[in-house]
Amino acid sequence: MQQQNSRFFFNVDWVTILIYMALCTIGFFNIFSVRYDPDKSEAFNFGAEYGKQLIFVISGLVLGLSILLFDAKFFSVFAPIVYGVTIVLLIAVLVVGRNVGGNQAWIPIGSFRLQPSEFAKFGTALLLARYISSFNIKLNTLKPILICAAIIVAPMALIMLQPDAGSMLVFLSFMFPLYREGLPGNLLIIFWGAVLLFILNLFVSPTILIISILVIGGLFAYNNKKRMQKVINIGIVTLVAICYLFVAKYIFENVLKPHQRTRIELILGLTSDNRGAGYNVIQSKIAIGAGQVTGRGYLEGTQTKYGYVPAQSTDFIFSTIGEEWGFIGCFVVIGLYAFLLLRIINMAERQRSVFSRVYGYSIACIFFFHVFINIGMTIGIMPVIGIPLPFISYGGSSLWSFTILLFIFLKLDSNRMGFI
Amino acid sequence: MDQLFNRKYIIQGLFVLIALILLGRLFYIQVASDKYFLDANNNALRKKFIYPARGVITDRKGKVLAQNQPTYDLMVIPNEVKAFDTLSLCNIIGISMEDFRKKFRKAVVQSRYQASIFQKLLSVQTYATLQERMANFKGFDVQKRTIRYYPDSIGGQLLGYIREANATEIERHKGYYKPGDYIGKMGLERQYEVELRGTKGVKNILYNAHNVPQGSYADGKFDSLAIAGDQITTTIDVEIQKLGEQLLRNKVGSIVAIEPATGEVLAFVSSPGYDPNLMVGRETGNNYMKILSNPYRPFFSRPIKGRYSPGSAFKPLDALIALQDGVVNELTTVFCPGYYVVGNRRFRCDHASGDGNVAVRKSIARSCNVYFYDIFARMMLKKGRKNQHKAYDEWQEKVRKFGIGDTLGIDFPGESGYKLFTSEDYTKRYSKYWNYGSILSVSIGQGEITTTPLQMANIMAIIANRGHYIKPHLVKGIGDTKYIHPKYKEKHHVGIDARHFESVIDGMQDAVNTSWGTATESRIPNILMCGKTGTVQNVHGKNHSVFIGFAPRDNPKIAIAVIVENGGYGGAYAAPMASFITEKYLTDSLKGRRINGATIEQYKADNLLPVLKDKLPKVKPKVDTSKVDSTKKSAPITPVSTANNINKAAILPKNNATTE
Repeated sequence: MQQQNSRFFFNVDWVTILIYMALCTIGFFNIFSVRYDPDKSEAFNFGAEYGKQLIFVISGLVLGLSILLFDAKFFSVFAPIVYGVTIVLLIAVLVVGRNVGGNQAWIPIGSFRLQPSEFAKFGTALLLARYISSFNIKLNTLKPILICAAIIVAPMALIMLQPDAGSMLVFLSFMFPLYREGLPGNLLIIFWGAVLLFILNLFVSPTILIISILVIGGLFAYNNKKRMQKVINIGIVTLVAICYLFVAKYIFENVLKPHQRTRIELILGLTSDNRGAGYNVIQSKIAIGAGQVTGRGYLEGTQTKYGYVPAQSTDFIFSTIGEEWGFIGCFVVIGLYAFLLLRIINMAERQRSVFSRVYGYSIACIFFFHVFINIGMTIGIMPVIGIPLPFISYGGSSLWSFTILLFIFLKLDSNRMGFI
Repeated sequence: MDQLFNRKYIIQGLFVLIALILLGRLFYIQVASDKYFLDANNNALRKKFIYPARGVITDRKGKVLAQNQPTYDLMVIPNEVKAFDTLSLCNIIGISMEDFRKKFRKAVVQSRYQASIFQKLLSVQTYATLQERMANFKGFDVQKRTIRYYPDSIGGQLLGYIREANATEIERHKGYYKPGDYIGKMGLERQYEVELRGTKGVKNILYNAHNVPQGSYADGKFDSLAIAGDQITTTIDVEIQKLGEQLLRNKVGSIVAIEPATGEVLAFVSSPGYDPNLMVGRETGNNYMKILSNPYRPFFSRPIKGRYSPGSAFKPLDALIALQDGVVNELTTVFCPGYYVVGNRRFRCDHASGDGNVAVRKSIARSCNVYFYDIFARMMLKKGRKNQHKAYDEWQEKVRKFGIGDTLGIDFPGESGYKLFTSEDYTKRYSKYWNYGSILSVSIGQGEITTTPLQMANIMAIIANRGHYIKPHLVKGIGDTKYIHPKYKEKHHVGIDARHFESVIDGMQDAVNTSWGTATESRIPNILMCGKTGTVQNVHGKNHSVFIGFAPRDNPKIAIAVIVENGGYGGAYAAPMASFITEKYLTDSLKGRRINGATIEQYKADNLLPVLKDKLPKVKPKVDTSKVDSTKKSAPITPVSTANNINKAAILPKNNATTE
């Protein structure tokens, strides 16, 4: 017991925990700023958002530390069960969930609202890691790829029914751990190429697209002119791509219902929506721009204080950081995230077990996806798809979910020398 | 697995790349571009202006002509309105339920969170009643405001009015005014706008996303207080201004009185006028249209815009120039047979029997045209027949020094200065072969010479001062320091030696105070008035009655010009009116009767408004010959071309003139 304890404390990556705590603290203080009202100098209010967030942070930390007390093998063994529970929750939310703002994403439990889509992330990450780490799996063959795809797509489909496009798209980040484990790069290129073509298809004329595809295909073929087989493959891919253009267009215009089309256009920012999401982005950009280099000072941001940015404590929390702490504050926050992500990847690579490595890559990429999309949408380079900024945005479900994701990995890492 | 290990770097590279993209975009938004910073201020920071009290306008003795009156606007914030007794509110402010609903809907459309005006300009009584019950009307509030009030209801054109500034004015004043701000549009309110308005105070207030004020910006570091407008002390004497307006009631005309020693304008009457209080309050718009469409043009400021031939008012001036020129002296006599001959043309004098031998004094007392034709001829011919044009130019330069032919520079907007012809102008009109005979009528103040009533009064001030004038002005002092522009202290000499004035003044004294004078109706008991009547012929109706003069003869206190359109000969209306005003000003009392036995009430009561042309068939102008001193047209060469062009010329003093 004595020995086990000392090993436990030496092996846990305290730097990561410090970054985690720093981000949570930044989150708490900025949520406080959003809700701060200088006219009401009331005592600290646990009913207010900042009060609740403090409870979430503390309970999250307790939750995380208690995860460290689990046996590392537990996560691998129970991965299918955790995954199963999250799938059940995702189905339950469609039945008993509360509809807030058009999304049936929350299960009310007392005053607290549980958001199953947040917990589905680590369920999926665990099962994916478990599957890939099982004996003799090679991700360059069709069957394992299809099984992995099924593990990822099942929760996506359920989340799309809520419908919560933002949370659904987060699952695309699982592509990167698969890539690390041997998924052919070509598949990734084809997938993202297809996505890109689908998007471009909506606002670039087909003639230009077809010509560009032919030119790119021609260049590839010219590069490989000595290997006949490759040239033929490239020709086939080019032809398929062109056909895909028309099929995609047809599906978009005839198969999808109008409201689905509108939704896609909105997500992609093709229709401007100055009263809805567009308004948020405009106000968020104004708030961030107002921060300039050094920011307006804590609790001094007028855009923050006077409620110009909607949803500022949740999805648009970064606009508060931008306004009150300026470019320097943004640099620090992005720097912390970058450091955290790179560190998780490095830690994942030092694992002896495939399970831990796949899991590490999964959470790094989930965090990355959240940070990129969230900050990107507050500064107007990403569509507004309403996903939280990890550890900083207000919300118990997301904070706990990110905490669990991270601390499971820390537990696995502390046990990296053992076999799982 | 080794080759797959390299994929770590691809993924980590992607993370770094995206972080750099985010930072790059942030750098652009926060550091490189200040567009968003400015937008943020537009979002949250708004200026609230505090309006200073507008300066009070007083007369020369401190009697208030224009002041501020509190008025109350009922404001409403729709979101804060609770259920209440609508009917009782309607009864208090005097509107119907239907109106109430309409107004409330309008307020809701404007803003739910911000106060908007529900009912404008409540009276003090309504305000008092409302104030007692205010607690019952949640969401309603009364906001105090000031509007202009003119206690004596006099001097409409003089004082002018204030109204909301239009786009051009907002542009011109470079951002001081906002839409809805008031600005002086006419008269003194306009001339002294900058002094009267004071300086707006400003409060920088932060607003939240619902447009609810959240307190001052930077603890009020950039706020400023409102500075009240300056008081303007005018030169007007409210008593004679009022008397002048009463005398000219139901007449078209103008009275200007000047204190000769200072150039201060004592009375500035234009008739028909209007009550300045009509341009205040809820009915302003309607009243404005009514005044504007009145055919007698109450907005027309006759003292500075009215165009009249000076007629006899010009004769003393002409005599002075001749004396200064040395072509005559005060003893030089001219024989008047009742006509004057130039070449083969014969100019008749007013007095058919002739005035016999006349020198300066008698010529003015009798208003003898022949004498003035003769001295004019002498002045034109003094350099020989060939140099008449040059002589004319020298002469008109001397006339110009009396303030004719250009604006006088009064501190009042819109002053007209009617052109004085040069020899070149005549050459254009008559070809170069004209001589003094062609323009003889200018010697008796007709033809191409036209003046405003202000200029006529100023000529009298020059004569009263024996040779100089100070630019007439309407403001005695601005603010506590009683500042006055130095140009209104500067003496302008007219180039006539003081010794030449006495004989001319003798003539004017005789005109009033002798049995053979032409202005005996202006005689005032115990005051030595000097004056001159004029009868200005006018193609559209009865002659205009004109009088100019000053009093007392020694150390004069008042110089005056009175024009009563269609008033008949000079003695009929203008002369007695001038005497009433002079008497009132000098003695602060009115003895009532004049030599012809008429009382002041009769003059006040008479209605001389010309019958509007379109209601009557056109009649040829007829000269009234029934009056003893009435006139004949004596200057057939006088051009009358332009008079017909002007609409409603009946009330426009553009005319031919003759003197008596």
